Amino acid sequence: MKLRIHVTLKPGVLDPQGKAIEHALSGLGFAGVEGARVGKLIELEVAEGVTDDQVDAMCRQLLANTVIENYRVERG
Amino acid sequence: MKTAVIVFPGSNCDRDIAVALETVTGAAPAMVWHRDTALPDGTGLVAVPGGFSYGDYLRSGAIAARSPIMRAIVEEAGRGLPVLGVCNGFQVLTEAGLLPGALMRNAGLDFVCRDVALTVDDTRSAFTRRYRAGERVLFPVAHHDGNYVADAETLDRLEGEGRVAFRYAEKVNGSARDIAGILNARGNVLGLMPHPERRVEGAHGGDDGRRLFEGLVEAVAA
Repeated sequence: MKLRIHVTLKPGVLDPQGKAIEHALSGLGFAGVEGARVGKLIELEVAEGVTDDQVDAMCRQLLANTVIENYRVERG
Repeated sequence: MKTAVIVFPGSNCDRDIAVALETVTGAAPAMVWHRDTALPDGTGLVAVPGGFSYGDYLRSGAIAARSPIMRAIVEEAGRGLPVLGVCNGFQVLTEAGLLPGALMRNAGLDFVCRDVALTVDDTRSAFTRRYRAGERVLFPVAHHDGNYVADAETLDRLEGEGRVAFRYAEKVNGSARDIAGILNARGNVLGLMPHPERRVEGAHGGDDGRRLFEGLVEAVAA
């Protein structure tokens, strides 16, 4: 089973990389870019029978740092 | 006094901190591999060194924080064992939950590698007892992810409880409230981005860092 784990910075946490991307896009002449935030996409291949709770524990214990990041699990 | 330095794949300040510890204790520390599950018997102080453990994969310090030896360190720290985490070591300690908050990419996005002025904010801990409150010291920094982040409530608590040990006296990386180093609630765990171990003798250009190790050894021996 394939899982896609989206890890994103919590709202309010400053994202210097996102800021740099925003500025670079403006520098390229793209108008109307009002913000950029950088996150991670982790693709996990897990055996059938791995439960939602187990995946949630993986996210909390390692894949995301819940002090600064949120996560969302997408299946299939 | 027996000391230990943890070595992860990608640690690169393990030798520096070992030399600093040997300079003040007179005995070489045990170099403990990350896969070990226990500290050597009688260890009185543990240092988690700087570097790029596991290549900073996932997040700086994230994988190292889940290594077998860190489980033992978290347990021992809970019993009061002094733990010093410098640079990547600080990142590891936050990821391991021994210290609050997180260290993010420097606000300027640059890797910052230079001497910076710090002020010593709290002098009650074993790590800072040899400094004067408000004293200005010069330590080198060398990091990309030193931008300390925590919610306002946590920052207020750290300040209110005297747990900000060192602050930057100049703009370095965008750290919240200029925080360079913090203590845990009990005061036996210090995480610090700048490198005191690179300032222990005249040949290093100064010895401002030496008193951190001397104070610590003195406190442990007491």
